[in-house]
Amino acid sequence: MIEVKNLTRYYGTRRAINNISFQIEKGEVVGFLGPNGAGKSTTMNIISCILAASSGSAKINGFDTFEQSLEIRKIIGYLPETPPLYSDMIVSDYLNFAAGIRGVDTKNISSSVDRVIEKCSLKDVGHRIIGRLSKGYQQRVGLAQAMVHDPEILILDEPTIGLDPIQIIEIRKLIQELTTEHTIILSSHILPEINQICKRVIIINDGEIAAVDSLGGLAASLRKSDRLSLTVRNSEDNVIEKLNGLDQVISATNSEGNQYLIECALRSNLQDEIAKLALENNWGIVELKPVSMTLEDIFLKLTLEEKEPEK
Amino acid sequence: MKNSWIIAKRDLGSFFNSPIFYVITTVFLIIYSYIFVNILSFFSMQSMQSGQLQQMGIALNINEMVIEPSFQNMAVVLLLIIPIITMRSFAEEKKSKTFRLLLSSPVHLKEIIWGKFLACMIVITVMVLISSYSIGFLFMIGEPDIGPVLTGYLGILLTAGCYVSIGIFASSLTENQIVAAVITFGFSLFMWVIGWGAQAASSTTGQVLQYLSVIEHMDRFLKGMIETSDLAYYLSFIIFGLFLCYRTLDSNRWR
Repeated sequence: MIEVKNLTRYYGTRRAINNISFQIEKGEVVGFLGPNGAGKSTTMNIISCILAASSGSAKINGFDTFEQSLEIRKIIGYLPETPPLYSDMIVSDYLNFAAGIRGVDTKNISSSVDRVIEKCSLKDVGHRIIGRLSKGYQQRVGLAQAMVHDPEILILDEPTIGLDPIQIIEIRKLIQELTTEHTIILSSHILPEINQICKRVIIINDGEIAAVDSLGGLAASLRKSDRLSLTVRNSEDNVIEKLNGLDQVISATNSEGNQYLIECALRSNLQDEIAKLALENNWGIVELKPVSMTLEDIFLKLTLEEKEPEK
Repeated sequence: MKNSWIIAKRDLGSFFNSPIFYVITTVFLIIYSYIFVNILSFFSMQSMQSGQLQQMGIALNINEMVIEPSFQNMAVVLLLIIPIITMRSFAEEKKSKTFRLLLSSPVHLKEIIWGKFLACMIVITVMVLISSYSIGFLFMIGEPDIGPVLTGYLGILLTAGCYVSIGIFASSLTENQIVAAVITFGFSLFMWVIGWGAQAASSTTGQVLQYLSVIEHMDRFLKGMIETSDLAYYLSFIIFGLFLCYRTLDSNRWR
């Protein structure tokens, strides 16, 4: 459905993205993940026909985002990083305008607007001025604007940025509901968000794709060791030493206070032995648990690995 | 065309909902009315001495002595306020990031520009219509010739169209509304006075400068003449301004 090939974009002499290629199938929910300034927004702007690429191409349903952009713009809904809201307008007027401009037939406009107002729970604020709404509601209006014409593809650029935790949960829930009907591209630098919503992630760093895979796949391919976290009551100086003395332990480090992080060989199941060691030495186990690899770890690992060859 | 109208309608809504329109219209009407009243009272003073003037071979003509100068002055006042009307067009959209909504919608850039132009022109037409109470008053007390009045209004609106097309172009250049207004004002004023260089220049250059001047073409409209060359001047001026605007916005995709 979406086909991006060797996309490169310069701003002046600065290269924002370099040779990016990926494909997204119909119905997929894909997360763009990367630190700020990695090129997520640039890529999204190119897919949304707002920017032209310096080289390479982006195609949606076979239409080129530059040559045949009008065709594409009919089937995408875009929510930029800053929602494009006219702060002096009333919510319902704004959505009527967005519906008109996004190509909804005049006779269907009011039903389309009612639909998104319902979906984004904007009923209570429908007659209020956008500029006076809370950030959370503004974000919802922005989302409503992007889906008012019932697009096949939703492109959401950092939809939860600047919201408070409750608002974030609400917006996430809303996006999750949308995943059944739309192909969604979502960008974020917040990892759990992608973790919850997306089936597949594209990790972008420094304008280049660091990895494209499902979350499980990424974790599996990067897992070279198991990790355990051990917390004890009576910390002694020789804890690390003794842990390292165990057979399959690769490394043991003190992460904070009385907590230790133990890296050991895959599937070594060292819990018993560590527990025995702790009993023998009277460390007093408080907690011993496996640490699964989080998206954060994956992300850091990938972005750091990318940088290493340069040094 | 439908899309242009949707955009124009939104712009008009924000004009009429904001104090800007009312402040500008009030200022416009006060200045214009003050000038009009002065011109009119000067005319009525002269008409009291009409006997003397007739002996000197000067005939009193309300079209020439009241309406024409009023229109000329209206064009000057418009020159001052149109930059304030047009400065928002694209600068505000870009600043508040709302332009991306238009850019990611299935609307051609030409339709967006045309919609913005239409909105500004409608605002100006409304202002000029309100100010036409003055000319209406002349019809109540006297018998002015209606022909030059109508062509005069056409001339005013075409002149305003030139300012608006400059203004929209200037607004597409920047995110800063004040910068847009200053560029518009400066350039409009320049196109206004450019004919003054004609006397100093050689005859060919002089003619060119004269032809480029905005007032030069409006004068004939005020006298009741619609000439193809004047129409061609105005329309090509407007289209050229909008074309520059189109190029600027289109090039934004590359920058």
